[in-house]
Amino acid sequence: MKILTLNFVTCARKACKASPAAFPLRPREAELEIVEQDINPLFVRNVLPRLEWDALREVCGELGLQQLPSTAPSPDDLFTTTPAAADTAMADAADAHEPRPSQLLRDLHTLLLETTMRSGKLVCGNCGHEYAVKEGIANFLLPSHLV
Amino acid sequence: MPRPEDSLPPDLYYNDTTSAQYTTSSRIQSIQAQMTHRALSLLNLSAPSLILDVGCGSGLSGSILSSVPGSAGGPHTWIGLDISASMLGVALEREAEGDLFLADAGQGVPFRPGTFDAAISISAVQWLCNVESGTESAEGRLNRFFSGLYAALRRGGRAVCQFYPRDDRQKDLICGAAKRAGFGAGLLEDGVGTKQEKKYLVLTVGGGEIMGG
Ligand SMILES: [Zn+2]
Repeated sequence: MKILTLNFVTCARKACKASPAAFPLRPREAELEIVEQDINPLFVRNVLPRLEWDALREVCGELGLQQLPSTAPSPDDLFTTTPAAADTAMADAADAHEPRPSQLLRDLHTLLLETTMRSGKLVCGNCGHEYAVKEGIANFLLPSHLV
Repeated sequence: MPRPEDSLPPDLYYNDTTSAQYTTSSRIQSIQAQMTHRALSLLNLSAPSLILDVGCGSGLSGSILSSVPGSAGGPHTWIGLDISASMLGVALEREAEGDLFLADAGQGVPFRPGTFDAAISISAVQWLCNVESGTESAEGRLNRFFSGLYAALRRGGRAVCQFYPRDDRQKDLICGAAKRAGFGAGLLEDGVGTKQEKKYLVLTVGGGEIMGG
């Protein structure tokens, strides 16, 4: 499960939906892995305003990932018109002034879309229910008395 | 051919054998792909979007969402729900790009409000009418699903559910539950009167155009 998804998933119990303690779900005994993906700059730009930044920071802290800045970056920070050094050789005159992914965007891509929780548990801070994650698949089936 | 949803609940029907059969049948694959493309065109997404796939199965639709070219507004990122562990196992083997949840959409949609730009569901919603125990009703399951889906979509978001109702009563039950949840709803029927008849429930969350970009 991608770190991105952890920023959107909630406890499946209806009673928890309204409780601030229920979000974000707390990762426990998490085994992480990096699954490489093509960068999709327009997707990151689309989803950035929808992130709960404080929850993202908390989850990154609990998983021992990088420290994030205290406030969310603005969409303007995702692109730069200055070619990155590594790209300079490949940039031809025509697209030298096209907006390019900034280092921040690359870092967000790695964090949100490539860093995944392969196994562990997600725990609701309101009801204490534990959702198992195995081989990247989260089990959100509830026993009928909890629906 | 008996309708699978009349014989067993989907988590039992789609065991390891049927899941593998479903995924390798080229006829089913091509129908599923055709319906996914139709649903995508109805979603009318203009930029890379976050999409919920309800009843994602082995990820056949998801692989199409992941491979929409930039010139056509993609590629999209998706999260899939399915009640069949066997189907999700096949999705894992196929290295599905989306995140996979073993979940029963009849229990609700476990994402915070405004998560998704769009949702698709191919040949799954009629399963929600199956009731396993005396404690829940088809109406209750449909209401939980559609109200959960409504909340999980952002304003201006859209969902397209292709489904196979058993009869007109079930069709009305499903459409009624979607409207009660707050959706603007329209039913599109392709190939009426033919063996290839397909029903698409097109749902909109009021306010604004689909932006995604
Ligand atoms: Zn809970």
